[in-house]
Amino acid sequence: MVIYGVALLSFCMLVGVFLGDMLGEVMGVQANVGGVGIAMLLLLVLSNLGSAERKLSPFTEKGIGFWSAMYIPIVVAMAARQNVFSALSGGWMAIVAGVAAVSASFAMIPLLAHLGRGGQDDS
Amino acid sequence: MILETLENVLASNGLITAFMFVGALVWLSYLISAKLTRGQVHGSAIAIALGLVLAWWGGFTTGGSRGLSDIPLLAGVGVLGGSMFRDFAIVATAFGADVRALKGAGAVGALSIVIGVLLSFVIGAVVAVSFGYTDPVAVTTIGAGAATYIVGPVTGTALGASSEVIALSVAAGLTKSVLVMIGTPFVAPHIGLNNAHSALIYGGLMGTTSGVAGGLAATDPKLVPYGAMTATFYTGAGCLLAPSILYFVVELFL
Repeated sequence: MVIYGVALLSFCMLVGVFLGDMLGEVMGVQANVGGVGIAMLLLLVLSNLGSAERKLSPFTEKGIGFWSAMYIPIVVAMAARQNVFSALSGGWMAIVAGVAAVSASFAMIPLLAHLGRGGQDDS
Repeated sequence: MILETLENVLASNGLITAFMFVGALVWLSYLISAKLTRGQVHGSAIAIALGLVLAWWGGFTTGGSRGLSDIPLLAGVGVLGGSMFRDFAIVATAFGADVRALKGAGAVGALSIVIGVLLSFVIGAVVAVSFGYTDPVAVTTIGAGAATYIVGPVTGTALGASSEVIALSVAAGLTKSVLVMIGTPFVAPHIGLNNAHSALIYGGLMGTTSGVAGGLAATDPKLVPYGAMTATFYTGAGCLLAPSILYFVVELFL
């Protein structure tokens, strides 16, 4: 049933966010540490559990697939609720700092990608 | 009377209104992509850019901090685009992701997060100094803001920075996140951002969850789980490093 997929997804997210909050607590940081990442790993593990015959039913998969397909619209809504006005009226210093940080980080990607390439080839 | 009823219906069914509104926005964006750019600029990139423009307009007209969703009729956009649904959808994209590539995140992912935090922090701090800030607390807070707009205020609060400096750090982080959303699809071909491996590194270096979520959506949604995986640890790492070791180092220099 579709709801099984949605419930599985919800379970993974809640467990992940809970563990991320706990991790932040333990590290003495006022932030969630890796909650979404933990949730993603959990979803991968749980959805691959068991043998081939115990695979998720197509309907269960639909419950997850729907939210995966809603990703772009949700991100568009996310863009529409950003505090863009305050970003642009924060003055030149904030803009220069943001632009410089992003440019440097972009430039770093090929360097690190090259470094971590090692023996595996997944291009 | 008709208008009043309509307004009531739209406002009291906020999330549903948001579905319709975002659907229309996405449709318009794909139309622009196909007709005006002949598919050169991806529809989702246009949709995100339009979203940001509307967010600016929302902030400009209402004076609020949640973009378009501060307009009462479109409050549902704030729910749909809030961190709850955003994280839910990000987790859903992991379904069907390449487990091997995600497991391989380990070393290179951790390295890219640490380098990402340090790089953004140092650049933010240098910009702060070059704009005349000499107080270590202010410089650290602004540097932290250049990491993400959460690391900035967390660091500023921990160090006792002034609210004006904290606001600047948030503005720096917001600029970063907006720029990552808009810039990624244009930069992607030049930096080799087209596979799981480089997406992992991209997430770790950029760190802003919203920026990475938007940037990868506009570039290639298949890369989302890999970028999100590393980005999700970035803010935590920043909150750990900035008010402690990095503040100490800044104090040594100033």
